[in-house]
Amino acid sequence: MSSRPYDNRAWLGVLPVVLIVAFSAVIPLMTVVNYSVQDILDFNSRFFVGFEWYRETLNDPRFVDAFLRQIGFSATVLALEIPLGIFVAKGLPKNSRMTPFLLVFLAVPLLIPWNVVGTIWQIFARADIGLLGVAINAMGIDYNYTSEPMHAWLTLVAMDIWHWTSLVALLSFAGLTSIPEPYYQAAELDGANRWQVLRFVELPRLKGVLTIAVLLRLMDSFMIYTEPFVLTGGGPGNTTTFLSQYLATMAVGQFDLGPAAAFSVIYFLFILLFCWLFYTSVVARDE
Amino acid sequence: MSNLRCYSFWVLLGYCAYLVLPLYWLLSMAFSHNADIVGQFEVVPGSPTLENFAEIFSNPVWYEAFGNSLSYVVLNTLISLFVAIPAAYVFSRYRFLGDRQLFFWLLTNRMAPPAVFLLPFFQIYSAMGMFDTPLAVALAHCLFTVPLSVWILEGFFSAVPRELDEMARLDGHSFWHFFTRIFLPINRGAIGVTLFFCFMFSWVELLLARTLSGSEAKPIVVVMTRTVSASGLDWGVLAAAGVLTVLPGILVVWFVRRHLVKGFALGRVS
Amino acid sequence: MSWMAWTLPTALFFSAIAASLVTMTLIELRWPTVKRRGFLPMATTRGDRFFISLLSAAFIHLLWMLLVGGGLLWATVLAVFWGVALMRWG
Repeated sequence: MSSRPYDNRAWLGVLPVVLIVAFSAVIPLMTVVNYSVQDILDFNSRFFVGFEWYRETLNDPRFVDAFLRQIGFSATVLALEIPLGIFVAKGLPKNSRMTPFLLVFLAVPLLIPWNVVGTIWQIFARADIGLLGVAINAMGIDYNYTSEPMHAWLTLVAMDIWHWTSLVALLSFAGLTSIPEPYYQAAELDGANRWQVLRFVELPRLKGVLTIAVLLRLMDSFMIYTEPFVLTGGGPGNTTTFLSQYLATMAVGQFDLGPAAAFSVIYFLFILLFCWLFYTSVVARDE
Repeated sequence: MSNLRCYSFWVLLGYCAYLVLPLYWLLSMAFSHNADIVGQFEVVPGSPTLENFAEIFSNPVWYEAFGNSLSYVVLNTLISLFVAIPAAYVFSRYRFLGDRQLFFWLLTNRMAPPAVFLLPFFQIYSAMGMFDTPLAVALAHCLFTVPLSVWILEGFFSAVPRELDEMARLDGHSFWHFFTRIFLPINRGAIGVTLFFCFMFSWVELLLARTLSGSEAKPIVVVMTRTVSASGLDWGVLAAAGVLTVLPGILVVWFVRRHLVKGFALGRVS
Repeated sequence: MSWMAWTLPTALFFSAIAASLVTMTLIELRWPTVKRRGFLPMATTRGDRFFISLLSAAFIHLLWMLLVGGGLLWATVLAVFWGVALMRWG
């Protein structure tokens, strides 16, 4: 990385990207900040209100609830998907003729449009027509995700695991195949059992890919919108309304420019924080 | 010794079953009459039918929506690749003032929730008279597809030794000739996988597509969330539309399978 | 451009950000930065520390509004001190 020559003419190459980004991100973000400090009735009658909307948003119990729900959801799916993904990756044969087929098969959920993921789980889990819903009810459990908050949560988590565990598995598999065979032989000579191999040989070598997996899953689950929108619509009640959906309702549904903008700024600050963690732990480390 | 190995094999097997079941159910519904779906519960469709697919290919609401989606996705993919290829090249080959800062800023745009940009996008595209056109959605999706492409391509381009550039120069190739005839062809796998990811992310995005399109440019993802007709929800047609939207990704993935993981990791694994 | 809804305070705010970016660039051209290790857990450049201080200033203000309430003057003072400390010893 550091041996690259220093040349500011390189800016010519990134200029188109800079222009696109200025148009699609910088100007919109400035606009959001502008909106967030005003009470806008329409663009001819608007009043400066300072940090009023920020105070209101931070003290709004619905915002705090959506935020805590979001954290809970992200933490849950991370805690389940990362270990499961590692185990699935360990179960994959390394050099078999089946390997490419298995890898492509695992990738299938990742390639399904997110709204279709929602649709699939909707028809799969419904208590009246879904395979899963009917099966659970047949076991004598009164399961209905459209009316029971707890069931809606479990269904969402199950859907997210179905959708994204493969990503962790594929990344871990890439990490596992890059471990040279002598590492395993040395561990075997030392009489290490499989758990010790996992703990002292494999996990340390997987640190890089797992960091990427954790951060990608953290950020993508933090902005989850489409799947819960299709599956539960945020309900029952508000029990599965996450940040993006709450914000979208405020912005488009009610057209509250000021409060929605303040919300957007706060949301974006968290994304900046996560991105900075990603950048320092994944990219800066390589340099 | 082989305990854990065996254990992870069963985990893999169970996980594969878990992956298959919902997919099977989608397929099964796509080939069932709606009356059968609502009427009685069948694990295997009793009277398989193609009428759901026929409905999609004959109803303009459905096939025009597919056309709308395709038009903005293709537009978006072209714009993204066109601007991202030169940028990724210079990021992989040179250091310059603010390079790391710009690279970081691109990441934040890839990761930003579309909901944050909803308000200003709606205002901008309305003010510019582009509301309800495929171009508006295509440009809005550039928010995340451009950074995505730059990051993925940079990861691949960095893996190509710089000596190649030097050698081409010493052999008397002009830069343009080197770039289009040598550099891009050896990176066609990378470009293919980037294309794939632009396509994917633009194809699956719902929130911006829904907000920036009215009645004219309504994309398929929006039509799928509004399939409530007078007679209630037509599950069979919905499932058939689901199958059709899944197909492009599944068909293309085989060709990019070797680069898929690197693409998902934004080019950050080797 | 009326949809951007500019106000004087936000215009000043963004001008200040733009001016500091230009200043950082000029300083960078005159005295190129050296990565160094301070009290932060990783090596940082001058630009990194500047970014961290801006981001933490934002979070300090948010936390102040959430936990303390009232005027934000003290939050700003705190953020400035923290920023200076970060630039100097971070």
